[in-house]
Amino acid sequence: MNKNISKEYDVIIIGGGVTGAGTARDCAMRGLSVLLVERHDFATGATGRNHGLLHSGARYAVTDHESAAECIKENMILRRIANHCVEENDGLFITLPEDDIAFQSQFVDACKTAGIGTEILDPDFARRIEPSVNPDLIGAVKVPDGSVDPFRLTMSNALDARIHGAVLLTQHEVKGIVKEQDRAIGVELFNHETKQNVNYYGKIIVNAGGIWGHHIAKLAGVNINMFPAKGSLLIFGHRVNKMVINRCRKPSNADILVPGDTICLIGTTSERIPYDQIDNMFVSRQDVDVLIREGVKLSPTLATTRILRAYAGVRPLVAADNDPSGRSISRGIVLLDHQERDGLSGFITITGGKLMTYRLMAEEATDLICKKLAVDKQCETAEKSLPGAEKSEHPLSIATEKVYTGANISQKSAKDRHGTLAKNILNGDDYEDSLVCECEGVSIAEVKYAINELHVNNLIDLRRRTRVGMGTCQGELCACRAAGLLCESFEKPGKAKDDLANFLQERWKGMLPITWGEGINEIQFTSWIYEGIYGLKPDNN
Amino acid sequence: MKKEIFEPFNSSDNNFEQCVKCTICTVYCPVLEVNPDYPGPKQSGPDGERLRLKDPNFFDESLKLCLNCKRCEVACPHGVKIGDIIQLARIKYSKKKPKVRDMILANTDIVGTMASTFAPIVNPIVALKPVRLIMDGVLKIDHHRIFPKYAGMRFETWYRRYAASKQNDFKKHVSYFHGCYVNYNFPKQGKDLIKIMNAAGYGVHLLEKEKCCGVALISNNLIKQATKQARHNVEAFKKSIVDKNMPVISTSSTCIFTIRDEYPHLLGVKNDEIRDKSELATRFLFRLIDSGKLKLVFKKDYRKRIAYHTPCHMEKLGWSIYSTALLKMIPGIDFVSLESRCCGIAGTYGFKKENYKTSQGVGKPLFDQIESSDVDFVATDCETCKWQIEMSTAKKVEHPISILAEALDVEATVKLWQK
Repeated sequence: MNKNISKEYDVIIIGGGVTGAGTARDCAMRGLSVLLVERHDFATGATGRNHGLLHSGARYAVTDHESAAECIKENMILRRIANHCVEENDGLFITLPEDDIAFQSQFVDACKTAGIGTEILDPDFARRIEPSVNPDLIGAVKVPDGSVDPFRLTMSNALDARIHGAVLLTQHEVKGIVKEQDRAIGVELFNHETKQNVNYYGKIIVNAGGIWGHHIAKLAGVNINMFPAKGSLLIFGHRVNKMVINRCRKPSNADILVPGDTICLIGTTSERIPYDQIDNMFVSRQDVDVLIREGVKLSPTLATTRILRAYAGVRPLVAADNDPSGRSISRGIVLLDHQERDGLSGFITITGGKLMTYRLMAEEATDLICKKLAVDKQCETAEKSLPGAEKSEHPLSIATEKVYTGANISQKSAKDRHGTLAKNILNGDDYEDSLVCECEGVSIAEVKYAINELHVNNLIDLRRRTRVGMGTCQGELCACRAAGLLCESFEKPGKAKDDLANFLQERWKGMLPITWGEGINEIQFTSWIYEGIYGLKPDNN
Repeated sequence: MKKEIFEPFNSSDNNFEQCVKCTICTVYCPVLEVNPDYPGPKQSGPDGERLRLKDPNFFDESLKLCLNCKRCEVACPHGVKIGDIIQLARIKYSKKKPKVRDMILANTDIVGTMASTFAPIVNPIVALKPVRLIMDGVLKIDHHRIFPKYAGMRFETWYRRYAASKQNDFKKHVSYFHGCYVNYNFPKQGKDLIKIMNAAGYGVHLLEKEKCCGVALISNNLIKQATKQARHNVEAFKKSIVDKNMPVISTSSTCIFTIRDEYPHLLGVKNDEIRDKSELATRFLFRLIDSGKLKLVFKKDYRKRIAYHTPCHMEKLGWSIYSTALLKMIPGIDFVSLESRCCGIAGTYGFKKENYKTSQGVGKPLFDQIESSDVDFVATDCETCKWQIEMSTAKKVEHPISILAEALDVEATVKLWQK
């Protein structure tokens, strides 16, 4: 990587969230030389800390027409270009006895205007197609909601950027913006692996740091007014619902239940927090109470379903430039050309928006970059599939036809996670097919593939790539197995032990707010294994 | 309370989430030990259930390798109904249609009726080597297997002709669920039961048209028919237990286990009204003796060395203690305990050619124990265990009730309560 230091990139993108990765992909596809830098790992910020809901836009239809129209357009694009990250589950907007049924027609009309297909269902029919729904419902509307895996989506964009020549640096934190008079010309990075500082230079620096963009802009000497809003969510142990369940009313707390991969999750709360708290994402008891209380109204069975974890993320809300008080908040896409705005050339910020509109954000940002660099290339990100989403020659049904398929679970899971790229995962060998993570069906071969191909620096990165440790046992059985495999690729073996401890600590953080019932049994058992058998104690690490 | 209200709308009863992934079930699974094609109870049960809720395509036909022995459930420290989860997944997701062979094996009622009618012809024919080879080739019923002999006169017929009239002479009464094996193959066991119960002062009555408990139908995925028979049986049990206040006893551990537990768990047939009063004859007798209401007198010259094999369903019921305690009451018995292990046959499972190797592999440690035990014969409460042990070892197998009947001094016993 050192040989690139002298090289000047066309674009340096700060932030490995979905916006940064999407912008890197778009820029690289238009022939620009791209460097993407990220302080931790891909999708560690707001990208990986939301519902994973493939919005149809219906949620915004009544209150924010523009967002709704953007959502449905991007929704249809993502189904096409990222089908391995998307589950086409459909969604229900249910009206409960305490809600105003009159809202339903207003909602349906607004959806129609935004171009969102709706279908009003008889409550009985809704109960039949979604058995987990609150049986007391008095109205239901079906919309083209879905689920999207933000980790996979971000990684696929990053991979495609790499395929098109982009250089990706994770574990590189921006410590300063290198300026020459009133022009940003590079970034000063701190490499967390080697603990060294390094500078990279580029013609355009893109601030895609999400909520942390506020701080990055400050490093460049410009000011963006951001208002962090924390949202908490609960993950349940398995899929309770087949369809996304929303409340048919004005958006409120904890009114979306999304099925995603093996689990389902309820969220969110919304709470303004001071900027200095954005790295402190704890979930309070009050948050958990609200989520359960409201969640049960969507699906009563949640009351008796095991909760796996709680987590929170920060929405990067940006104040409109003419209103420093922050009262007029935009949830739409914010693209700032700091040359025009602040007289700092070579520096732009892309923020606001949402997971659903990342591609559009990337397109708008890349259009501006191309204009500045006088590159005349059209955006192709809406047409070209992401790696893994290409049409498969082997339909899924064939893979599951085998009769005795001990390896079936890991192979099918890998296909679900990596799409057609799963063909790169060695299989057929008993050893390679054996499971590292039994809950999520992650094989040794898949872990090795992720370590070699998907920018994995530690166990937590590995989890985002493969779902290792995301299952019911939360790392109880898989963490040490995965640590062993990862250790083989480490230069310093001592690191593996710290890595394992960090991973377990991170799992524990998510379980702490919901330690009761079956969860606490599991935690106790995990601590017996790691503390009792392996002697891994907090004071040793 | 809460749960009951939600149940009709619940896609899962969440029991599988009590699993803490300790993997004890996998250690106790007799199949996994000999057949690596089976993913094991943890993977097939709670882990698999979670994946199947995500996408039914995660269902794996290898789940049919499960013996449904329920030893995983006995081992589970958190009460996860692992065996039920696996069987329910087969019922819900399996796309494999039962074969002709499976229907023949599963329909013990129909086949039994036909075979026992022509018993003198059927018995020698199915025992012939060429016939067994044809059954192996055409039906995929393993040629090593010998079908149990069919009786010329069914138990029910014998009962009506020779026993029924005497039963009303007693003050106390029970109903007897004899099961297919006693009816079609081995009426002696039923006769032995009547001998003991009569000696104990109980009149024995048959249910109003009992049907096969349906365990073989369940394991061969003939669920509709199994459910129909379950409903019929529950009604018949109710007529005895609720209407006439007569408990129902049985001599087959699997039949009684199926009626008590599999009906509600797998078939959704409610049996709350009859469950507590449906039990094994050995348990019924032991409890009478234990509470001082009954005394049995045994012959002085009865001397036998006996080993007791715990059938899997007895392990699950937790009732082998009743059978062994009864046997130990016989003064002349030299009792040998066998380590509780699955014999491998699991009803119709072991008859299938594709399972023969697994079946014998599972049973091998048990067979070795029996061979080296130097006993006169083996005692067990399950008929298919009996066939398996008799086929795979040199020892004969007797039902505890038959042993009791053999050792019992009927006159002395009757005298005790007639006074």
